Amino acid sequence: MSGFSRRAALRAFSAGAAMVLGLQAGAAAAQDKVTIGYAVARTGPNATGAGITTIPNYELWVDTVNKAGGLKMPDGSQKMIEVVEYDNRSSNEDLVRSIERLASQDKVDLILPPWGTGSNLAIAPLMAKFGYPQLAVTAVTDKAPEFAKRWDRSFWLLGGGHDYANGLVEVLAKARDAGTINDKVAVVSVADGFGIDLIKSARPAFEDAGFELVYDKTYPLGTSDFAAIMSEAQGSGADSFVAFSYPPGSFGMTKTAQSMNYNPKVFYISVGGAFPIYPGVADGKAEGVMAIGGVDADSPAIQDYFARHTEFVGTPPDSWASAITYASLEMLAQAVERAGLNHEALANALSTGTFQTVVGDVTLEDNQLRDLWWVGQWQGGSFRAVNPSDKAGASAPVIPKPEW
Amino acid sequence: MLTTTLILGLVLGGTYALLALGLTLQYGIARIMNLAYGELTLLAAFLVVALFQGVGLSPLLSLPAIAVAGYGLGWVLYQVMMRPLVARSGASGRLEIDSILATFGLLFLIQGVLLLLFGANFTSISYLDRGVNVFGVSVALNRLIAFGICVVVGGALVVALKKTRWGLIMRAVALTPGSAPLVGIDTNRVARQGFALGTALAAVAGASISMYQTFSATGGVVFTMKALVIVIMGGVGNVPGALAAGFALGLIETFVATAIDPGLTLAATFAIFLLVLLWRPQGLFGARS
Repeated sequence: MSGFSRRAALRAFSAGAAMVLGLQAGAAAAQDKVTIGYAVARTGPNATGAGITTIPNYELWVDTVNKAGGLKMPDGSQKMIEVVEYDNRSSNEDLVRSIERLASQDKVDLILPPWGTGSNLAIAPLMAKFGYPQLAVTAVTDKAPEFAKRWDRSFWLLGGGHDYANGLVEVLAKARDAGTINDKVAVVSVADGFGIDLIKSARPAFEDAGFELVYDKTYPLGTSDFAAIMSEAQGSGADSFVAFSYPPGSFGMTKTAQSMNYNPKVFYISVGGAFPIYPGVADGKAEGVMAIGGVDADSPAIQDYFARHTEFVGTPPDSWASAITYASLEMLAQAVERAGLNHEALANALSTGTFQTVVGDVTLEDNQLRDLWWVGQWQGGSFRAVNPSDKAGASAPVIPKPEW
Repeated sequence: MLTTTLILGLVLGGTYALLALGLTLQYGIARIMNLAYGELTLLAAFLVVALFQGVGLSPLLSLPAIAVAGYGLGWVLYQVMMRPLVARSGASGRLEIDSILATFGLLFLIQGVLLLLFGANFTSISYLDRGVNVFGVSVALNRLIAFGICVVVGGALVVALKKTRWGLIMRAVALTPGSAPLVGIDTNRVARQGFALGTALAAVAGASISMYQTFSATGGVVFTMKALVIVIMGGVGNVPGALAAGFALGLIETFVATAIDPGLTLAATFAIFLLVLLWRPQGLFGARS
């Protein structure tokens, strides 16, 4: 024990004590927060969708929760949210790698889903493998019941293509029976996942309801000139124009219809129609345009959400999947408050619970949200839900649409 | 029916040709295959929209300024980014590959900047968005203007390349970059001019596209693809060829969309592209090397 002075011992002890204290402080700090990871498309072709529907809502929610003191735990304590974010660059390979990293290296407590049907399907097996609950919001798929069974911690919140197609046919059939429109429909669809899904469900639905599809064509993704298509539709004799389209197509067709003075009694477009920029695209003449989705524009919860989103992001949310995205995060927060961060208990709480959200009280059926709006319409400056017509908060559709 | 197809096709073809003019100049004279071409087009489109929404400057008025700015940006890009590649490649064919790789990187850089500056949202303005009657066919006025710009700019370019001394020098560098210095031509200066002029044309195309199309920061690759097909079809570096190929493509797409099926427009484009590559790999108007 030669050379071991009291001073050295003291120093060693104090250093050791400081380290232990530091570790404890670190541990205490780690317990005070919840890490939430997500890999979203900041760049690449999906950046537009993710940038409108997904990312702003994630940021708004984290900000709201943290300003309120953090996520509530079952024991009444609160934990601040810390975010780990990766850019998946719109590539599923990068996305899958990021999810793997979030789960195995960052060991985040929760993982939020990416934007898009394909992306959500790509990560579903991985999320199941690591046991994380997956609240797939921006995924429209008719196979949702099957997926929910295969991956029992996955939740599908936006319905399937046939739901939206049937909703639209119902609205048109009512107008036809009332003698407002004729039984001819001109329909175009984008030759990509979403458009194919919807037209496949819409064709039999239209025919069963006694409609005649006088113009039924698909167009390739990336088409920017719709003059030929719209001029054919205009000459088809149909009172209703229906497009199962992505935003660039929805906007292009609107502008083309306006410039060629094509005024069908029903003008329906799909994705993009409920975006806040749509009235601007339509040069302020969006009144009466129908599109996929919709919100109960009179609900105070929705109005409050729109106001907060506008203040935080700078633009209002879209009136279709944005509110559902935000609602899914509210569900997650309430499920954590009930069941904590254990993934199994959390998934169980999500499957069985009822949650108060901006879209009303939500209960999932077989891990799917079925209580949705299928058709909306621009009325008096808001995009209002018109179908299902028997759901509380539905507005009556305005047919014929006023001229551009 | 036939007039409709003809007029809509010509107008569409005009915008295609306008898009491809700059790319064909850049490759023909500066030997740089610019994969960031679509992003440069978008950059101009965003600027026009920002000027229109911010200060209320009409796109037609901002167009000359955008063209000049495009020329300047092209000049700087060539001097800072391409010049070292040109110097390194010497007389070997390495420049083609190096420029493809470098501009592939530039593509993501510009896209990132656009996303940062303008966000991921779709952008559009309604400017002169009303129908004009052309021989009984209703055509959007803004598309007609884009068509007009294409005819004027493309025509002027063809005449300038054919008739002026400047055009002669340009053609000399495009045809035999190796022997042009022998007659006292500063190939580096001419290449820089060609690249800058190509960027200016991309900017003009972007400005006219911004008047009638909705776009987002991530959509540049579509423009590059279309321009690339037209440039290769028309004969790389051939300005009249790019004009003719652009018009042909617009007519064919419109004809297929009305007479056969809109779903086949893309297939028709690539079928013709393939045929041209098989029959005349140098392009419809390219010289056999």
